[in-house]
Amino acid sequence: MENRVVITGLGIYSCLGENLNEVRDSLFQGKSGIVLDEIRKEIGFRSALTGMVKDPDLTSFLSRRQRIGMHQPAMYAYMATKEAVENAGLDIDFLEKTETGLIYGNDSTAASVGETIDKIREKKDTTLVGSGAIFQNMNCTVNMNISTIFKLKGINFTLSAACASGSHSIGMGYLLIKQGLQERVICGGAQEINPTAMGSFDGLSVFSIKESTPTKASKPFDRDRDGLIPSGGAATVILESYESAIKRGAPILGELIGYGFSSNGDHLSNPNLDGQNRSLNMALKQANILADKIDYVNAHATSTPAGDSIEAQAIYDVFGDKVAVSSTKSMTGHECWMAGASEIVYSMLMMNNDFIAPNINFENPDEISAKINIIAETKQQEINYFLSNSFGFGGTNSSLIIKKFNK
Amino acid sequence: MNREEIINTVKEFLSEEFEVDKAKIQPDANLQETLDLDSLDYVDLVVVIEENFGFKVTGEDFVGITTFDDFYTLVEKKLEEK
Repeated sequence: MENRVVITGLGIYSCLGENLNEVRDSLFQGKSGIVLDEIRKEIGFRSALTGMVKDPDLTSFLSRRQRIGMHQPAMYAYMATKEAVENAGLDIDFLEKTETGLIYGNDSTAASVGETIDKIREKKDTTLVGSGAIFQNMNCTVNMNISTIFKLKGINFTLSAACASGSHSIGMGYLLIKQGLQERVICGGAQEINPTAMGSFDGLSVFSIKESTPTKASKPFDRDRDGLIPSGGAATVILESYESAIKRGAPILGELIGYGFSSNGDHLSNPNLDGQNRSLNMALKQANILADKIDYVNAHATSTPAGDSIEAQAIYDVFGDKVAVSSTKSMTGHECWMAGASEIVYSMLMMNNDFIAPNINFENPDEISAKINIIAETKQQEINYFLSNSFGFGGTNSSLIIKKFNK
Repeated sequence: MNREEIINTVKEFLSEEFEVDKAKIQPDANLQETLDLDSLDYVDLVVVIEENFGFKVTGEDFVGITTFDDFYTLVEKKLEEK
């Protein structure tokens, strides 16, 4: 028998706020987290726009040895996971005595790698990079750090799938619990926010250059969109079998009922309608619901000309013109490896507070986005089912469907 | 740098790096136990020594180093060799 999979904990550290309450308020208010980061101009970026989060001070939470292997991805992930563990009613004593897994999405550790290489070149010596460098530099940095800090005893690996990493991490956790292989899996996504991580991406000329109006620059689905804005932070989603959640009296925040995925098998960066449609339809099939059950689609739409059009067409093909759609990237920018997880957190906050966060800066549709129901202003509305899309470079697609929890 | 200056410098950077109360860094105290050093921490000890004194110590240098006093003597010797 397959297990039902519920969400029992959420945590967020993003440019919209450093915890769930702050982020809920920002989402409701349609507040942008985008700023102009002057340093990016000085070092040759085409666009200095970015979402911004500060490096958290972890000295009051963690020992030196616990902190030394952490750079931005792990630091952000710690903050998000700490919040999620607390609101799931878990603690380290319980985690140490039970089997809890960790599958976290991450796809770069650019700044720490750069700093390490600079140090080796400066000193001409490898020891002098210190003991933390290797644990900061490996792509599984979040898993190494978080699993040891929280004493986790279950499945433990990092999932790397470009901008769908966070979404697939939740999908993988879902499958393991559904099949009875894990009772509980901490999932999520982390994204470093430093310029080093984003220089080569900026080099593709796909970032918005509306630098005079940072908070208005991310315009998913709008006719005048001119590119995405990088962002970052971390989001944690704790998945658990229904039986386990009930047994320990955990809060049940929602139920994950569908995970669809596909690969385009096509171009490194260009989106693909067929791939997106297959992912959406697979999620609906897995969830065993018809498309008209979905009340809200949290779009992947990043504010690029090509990507948003393909997704608008895919949403129209599968859902028609009625379903409410918004891209929270209009406020956050593109949180890349983290986005698939953070957008589940954002959508959960909407579902549990009966509103749809706006696709800010949506002023004029284009020919394709005019066909779908894009929510440009905050809307009070009950959400019983939502779907969240994530699409990544290399043509990896992931769609998750979550249902309001009913016994 | 005389021995007193070495002691003060060492106390400063070790207490900061390893987050240990300076008062615990006494000449006859055991260096490894006081600083709670594991195998990885020795790498960082090498780093902070290099940052503060400009020389690199090796594993062989640490043979026979038990107390802080032993350590101050090692630093004195290395500084003289520079």
